[in-house]
Amino acid sequence: MRVGVYVCHCGINIAKTVDVERVVKEISKMPNVVICRDYHYMCSDPGQELIKKDINRYGLNSIVIAACSPRMHFKTFQEALKSAKLNPYMLEMANIREQCSWVHDDVEEATKKAIALVKSAVAKAAQLEPLVENDSPVVPAALVIGGGIAGIQSALDIANAGFKVYLVEREPSIGGHMAQFDKTFPTLDCAACILTPKMVDVSRHRKIELLAYSEVDDVTGFIGNFHVKVRRKPRYVDEERCVACGDCATECRLFNRIDSEFDEGLGKRAAIYVPFPQAVPLKYTIDPERCLFLTRGKCGDSPKCVDVCDANAIEFDQEGRTVEFDVGTIVVATGYDSFDATKKPELMYDKLPNVINGLQYERFFAPNGPTGGELVMPDGTVPKKVVFVSCVGSRDKKVGNPYCSRICCMYSTKQAHLTKERVPDADVTVFYCDVRAFGKGYEEFYERVQEEGVKYRRGLVSEIYRDDDGKVHVRAEDTLLGEPIDLEADLVVLATGIVPKATTRSLAQKLHISHSPDGFLLEAHPKLRPVDTVTDGIFLAGCAQGPKDIPDTVAQAGAAAAHAIDILAKGKITIEPYNAVVNPDLCGGCRICEMLCPFDAHHYNEAKGVMEINDTLCKGCGVCGAGCPAGAITLNLFRNKQIICQIGAILDE
Amino acid sequence: MNDDNGGFEPKIVGFLCNWCSYAGADLAGSSRLKYRPNVRVIRVMCSGRVDPLFVFKAFEKGADGVLIAGCHPGDCHYQCGNYKTMRRMHVMKKMLGQMGIDPERLRLEWVSAAESTRFVNIVNDMTETIRELGSSPMKSEADCDE
Repeated sequence: MRVGVYVCHCGINIAKTVDVERVVKEISKMPNVVICRDYHYMCSDPGQELIKKDINRYGLNSIVIAACSPRMHFKTFQEALKSAKLNPYMLEMANIREQCSWVHDDVEEATKKAIALVKSAVAKAAQLEPLVENDSPVVPAALVIGGGIAGIQSALDIANAGFKVYLVEREPSIGGHMAQFDKTFPTLDCAACILTPKMVDVSRHRKIELLAYSEVDDVTGFIGNFHVKVRRKPRYVDEERCVACGDCATECRLFNRIDSEFDEGLGKRAAIYVPFPQAVPLKYTIDPERCLFLTRGKCGDSPKCVDVCDANAIEFDQEGRTVEFDVGTIVVATGYDSFDATKKPELMYDKLPNVINGLQYERFFAPNGPTGGELVMPDGTVPKKVVFVSCVGSRDKKVGNPYCSRICCMYSTKQAHLTKERVPDADVTVFYCDVRAFGKGYEEFYERVQEEGVKYRRGLVSEIYRDDDGKVHVRAEDTLLGEPIDLEADLVVLATGIVPKATTRSLAQKLHISHSPDGFLLEAHPKLRPVDTVTDGIFLAGCAQGPKDIPDTVAQAGAAAAHAIDILAKGKITIEPYNAVVNPDLCGGCRICEMLCPFDAHHYNEAKGVMEINDTLCKGCGVCGAGCPAGAITLNLFRNKQIICQIGAILDE
Repeated sequence: MNDDNGGFEPKIVGFLCNWCSYAGADLAGSSRLKYRPNVRVIRVMCSGRVDPLFVFKAFEKGADGVLIAGCHPGDCHYQCGNYKTMRRMHVMKKMLGQMGIDPERLRLEWVSAAESTRFVNIVNDMTETIRELGSSPMKSEADCDE
């Protein structure tokens, strides 16, 4: 084997802690090493040129790059090999940056470790074998999970590119949280006016199959060929026949008696309902946990909804069903939950009626909300003293959320403006930690709202209490003046932050994608691959990945769609040949590997008495190889011999 | 340098799964966290790829400890490879004991792609544990063959 070794300085990222010249000197002594060089930036054009020239000049047939993580640049260097007509799998990387120079301070220690890591890579490189990539066809369809603004945007973008989209939404209607908002900051666009046309576009699009009131049960397969099972929950209403006249709801014996989820518990609905008038699909749903007939088997003499439905759409015997389909790519846009303010008992959220959260306050302003857009309290009074409390559930290690939710400063500012608009003489105070007006036009909006008379006071709220006269007070410390404050309030709005949806973890497990410590889904790279996941073919959009506002959500949703379209448009994907291979001379046909394989890739050849592996089904985990008692199975690019040689070299000093 | 044990610096081989633990170790790097240089990493696609043979070879070739790290249970990129590793651990530890090697020298840990701090703590802690155990009783020279 003729191995070429290239040690990267990465500017000073590596060279500052690792004595690169000493590494080159040591590695040059190794058998099989024909040439060993160092260079400032191996990934740069001249760096790659260097490798290409050497391959031809020295007849190299295996390459080691000692630089950053292979997760960063393995593919970059594979391309360089390809352009020099060398098989792209005759490459091994030694990670001397992320796992060496960046994590050690001592030059001697770091250099010794770097030498061991490069030796290990050279040992493996000397054992590499050329591998052939195979193409696999891509199912020309996408799954978008979540029908909020992120999912809607991704679904429309993919469908407009001409590909079939299955849009799955767990709630009876698409629209997500954005449908609950009145105005959007900082432009004060009416949220419904910009969202509902997109919702209608989804329902009308020939390429979009909307699966509302449904949940993803199971996803198997891989990029290009995912198999999806979706559970369609029973609405107990025939979607074909329901014309959404609404007679069933007004006649329902529980009309106006059940808290509306859409109105955040401020408004009421019936047991048969649409969440909001602009719902898509506009079809009624019976709440199986509240409907008298479904919970008790009896609703008066006969269910009134059945009596009044001229379309005969009520179907109490409807059952959930599972639909299955294949897609080539998946966009996860499952959104967020609002922080549960009862976790901060000192704020009295569930104890005092005039302490509400930001999402509830939003419903006060919405024309389709419980007050028809009027700012009136349930007792009919108009609040004159309104206090906002920032950072509720954000930047708060006590509740386990150290991160900033990014939107609360601005939505409080917007709501403060809307308060002044409705009640110009209202006394509005915002308690803040730091105002983060980070977006385009946000700082200007914040200034404008201050000029409108909204008072911003820097301070953490310590408690909210009711005095002997029944008045609510907010107690805080003004951290600029260094003095305690006690403010009376008619209404206190808690600017609750964004938390990961409760179902995020189980969905991540179904999709085999990761989440960060904060519970949001993890992108493949925080800077350069913000919409990819580590699982090829699965992309992220919106708050499922982390708190963000609407413009950022829409931008990310578009990016996720573009990545999905990229795969769908190519029509085929290259399968990396990381698969397990059986040596039929060693295989005894014990079939242990068959039991170990989670992908059913192994099948027993009765005639030959040996196991065979289906390359398309095999995902290359290597579990079978580790379990084979005969040592007959090994894994391409991670062969037993390659790893054993690595072990020897990494310990050699 | 810690001189508690005559300046003994243990050599530990780490087998890290590509999807979770190797990514977690990379994150420790990009976050510039600092840890002991004693663990030298060999990347594998799944912790379930770690053939018991690799573990014994490592000890044979002079390792003072072996760390296997994979995705948390339920998070495996390949659905259940880490469960297979977990089951193999019992056998491997028992065999090590029979060979006169303290089973403490072999460790299985779950490190997600986001748990850089956890990775750092494991490396430092394991380095200390092995330092206290001292040099492996099974150091020999062996050739690089299958």
